[in-house]
Amino acid sequence: MTNSVDGAAVSAYASKLHIPRASSRPGETSDFQSLAIPPAGSLRQPPLDVSPQDTADLAHGMVRVLDDEGRAVGAWAPELTPRQLRAGLRHMLHVRAYDERMFRMQRQGKLSFYMKCTGEEAVAVAQAMALEDGDMLFPTYRQQGLLFVRGRPLVDMMCHCISNAGDNLKGRQMPVFYSWKQGNFFSISGNLATQYSQAVGWAMASAYKGEDHIAAAWVGDGSTAEADVHNAMLFAATYRAPVLLNVVNNQWAISTPQSFASTGTTFAARGLGFNIPSLRVDGNDFLAVYAVTRWAAARARAGHGPTFVELFTYRVEGHSTSDNPAGYRSSDEAAAWPLGDPIERLKQHLVNLGEWSDEQHTALAAELQASVAGDWKRAIALGTLEDGPHWPVESMFEDVFKEIPEHLRRQQEKVRAKS
Amino acid sequence: MTAMSMVQAINSALDCTMGRDPNVLVMGQDVGYFGGVFRCTEGLYQKYGAHRALDTPIAEGGIVAAAIGMGVNGLRPVVEMQFADYIYPAIDQIISELARLRHRSGGEFWAPVVVRAPSGGGIRGGQTHSQSPEGIFTHVCGLKTVMPSNPYDAKGLLISAIEDDDPVIFFEPKRIYNGPFYGHNAGGGRARTWAEHPAGEVPEGHYSIPLGKANVLRQGTEVTVLSYGTMVHVAEAAIEHSGVDAELIDLRTLLPLDIETIVESVEKTGRCVVIHEATRTSGFGAELVAEVQEECFWHLKAPIERVTGWDTPYPHAFEWEYFPSHERISDALRRAAACD
Repeated sequence: MTNSVDGAAVSAYASKLHIPRASSRPGETSDFQSLAIPPAGSLRQPPLDVSPQDTADLAHGMVRVLDDEGRAVGAWAPELTPRQLRAGLRHMLHVRAYDERMFRMQRQGKLSFYMKCTGEEAVAVAQAMALEDGDMLFPTYRQQGLLFVRGRPLVDMMCHCISNAGDNLKGRQMPVFYSWKQGNFFSISGNLATQYSQAVGWAMASAYKGEDHIAAAWVGDGSTAEADVHNAMLFAATYRAPVLLNVVNNQWAISTPQSFASTGTTFAARGLGFNIPSLRVDGNDFLAVYAVTRWAAARARAGHGPTFVELFTYRVEGHSTSDNPAGYRSSDEAAAWPLGDPIERLKQHLVNLGEWSDEQHTALAAELQASVAGDWKRAIALGTLEDGPHWPVESMFEDVFKEIPEHLRRQQEKVRAKS
Repeated sequence: MTAMSMVQAINSALDCTMGRDPNVLVMGQDVGYFGGVFRCTEGLYQKYGAHRALDTPIAEGGIVAAAIGMGVNGLRPVVEMQFADYIYPAIDQIISELARLRHRSGGEFWAPVVVRAPSGGGIRGGQTHSQSPEGIFTHVCGLKTVMPSNPYDAKGLLISAIEDDDPVIFFEPKRIYNGPFYGHNAGGGRARTWAEHPAGEVPEGHYSIPLGKANVLRQGTEVTVLSYGTMVHVAEAAIEHSGVDAELIDLRTLLPLDIETIVESVEKTGRCVVIHEATRTSGFGAELVAEVQEECFWHLKAPIERVTGWDTPYPHAFEWEYFPSHERISDALRRAAACD
């Protein structure tokens, strides 16, 4: 069958649905070898007032600082003291110890659900360290590291996860949907990407009021498909809102590979179409993540508006306690990931500097595991998910509105009478 | 006949319709290679290929919009929303477009799209994995709304929904995907899995249950109980617990509503209790109460009561205090039966 376009005969109906491929499926070998990973230190750092189109090389390339030997190289190498680097390492190890403990407790039935961020610790930890305490965070459920840097007591986080009497969310939310106003950490929604455009609004208010606080928002590779991400980028660009828009590309959205949202290019490249300066950064490189975040925050504070940042990383574990990744990807993927482990890479750097040792590292990991175990005991002393004590059951009727209206008051009375 | 869970029955309905009609496809998040987070599309990717068990980006509005376009162009897309709670980003496409396309185009265009959505609580899902939003959709003109309570009905109703030329919102009560549920700490010696339950016997081949037909599950003389989904089983336990001789009607399709079956029953019993898990105010129960009141007023001996979820978001820690328990239903049945 032939057709004609401008008089030229062409074979017709060659169109087919393109189904994007995964980096691997069970039984296959992961194809990370085909990823183009530029050498550390190879990209320039542009001025803060860079024109968006002049960031195309950064959006398609990858900002990297730590080389394979653990040296900090190139224009993006940040000025961080050994003390700051050790603090970053400690936070990341702490997050990992916390995740491991909570995952285990979920498996023992003490939590209804949990989500780890294994392999992605540098994203939240380095970014929180690069931001100011007054900056507002609009995270997803996989940036628990932000809370560690901002100093939230782990006992409080655990109490939330088991909905006990010490839960600041009063037993209303599933585990890991934290909220912590005191730490400028916005309430996490279960609905994906909604916070992304809200962060832009928060930043618009900051500019409107003439304040120097910026907003930072996170979204996963899969969630970039939501319309809220388009809305966020359009509003941020239109009003030059002081906001840092992050995409954590950890390669997987439950079973769906990033190729179902990336459209065959980098996520960072999408920012260029919105005329927002855009960069891709090695998300497992603590120093690179820190440097890019500092740069973007400085841009926002200097009145240059939003920056769009893709953090290129890998979700080492399942999406949550509800899925088994062996069902949808090759079991060798995490080991084959070419950008390594963020904790090991920062450790190597510190050891190279003569500021850290294997012995110190082992001792710190053990200390943090023990401290997390102690926190867990303190948390369950305030109540457990199954046996309580919880908040009083009638408290569920509070905060639906500022004041309880009459129809809810009547429902509350019925519950109180039964309890 | 084979013993099937509701998940397997839904899978079988999809398989049967895809096997008969090459224009039927399933689409949604994780429905292809992985087979769905609740496993409802398991094996379809392997059997029918990636383009008929279509993984999609995480964009509910985009998924429904694409399904409408496909539907207009001759396909019969069956969309899976991963949770009913995630349907809201698609609501403009569903309400303003899918529901009204036939009407606004004077009958020129329509899209035979089914939107499947696991709904309801009881799995410790908190406020974003537990909602029952059926009342939002019954309020929209142009959508058929279905919620089965067992595997046999699920398969027959889903096949009807897919073969229907109108859009259908098909809620799947996920608490009973793998077995009936009678409420927290209820059930006694009742069936715990679908394999032990008569409605878990499902033909492997094609059959259908018409949309718009309720099912009288239990004959009774004192009170008519109207319910659907998970609450049908809780109501069954509550009827036994209360000792009231109630007639239990499983609505199965909320819209179009089988008002004849309801009226016939209420005219006989003179009393009616309406049960759903969704929040109370402006819920589908309000519509049922109004219909019964208009049609059966002169036969009523008792006020029509609603037993529902409270008007709060679904709380993680207080799931069973929120969920309409067999005790709450039983109290309502006794109150109704005591009126003469």
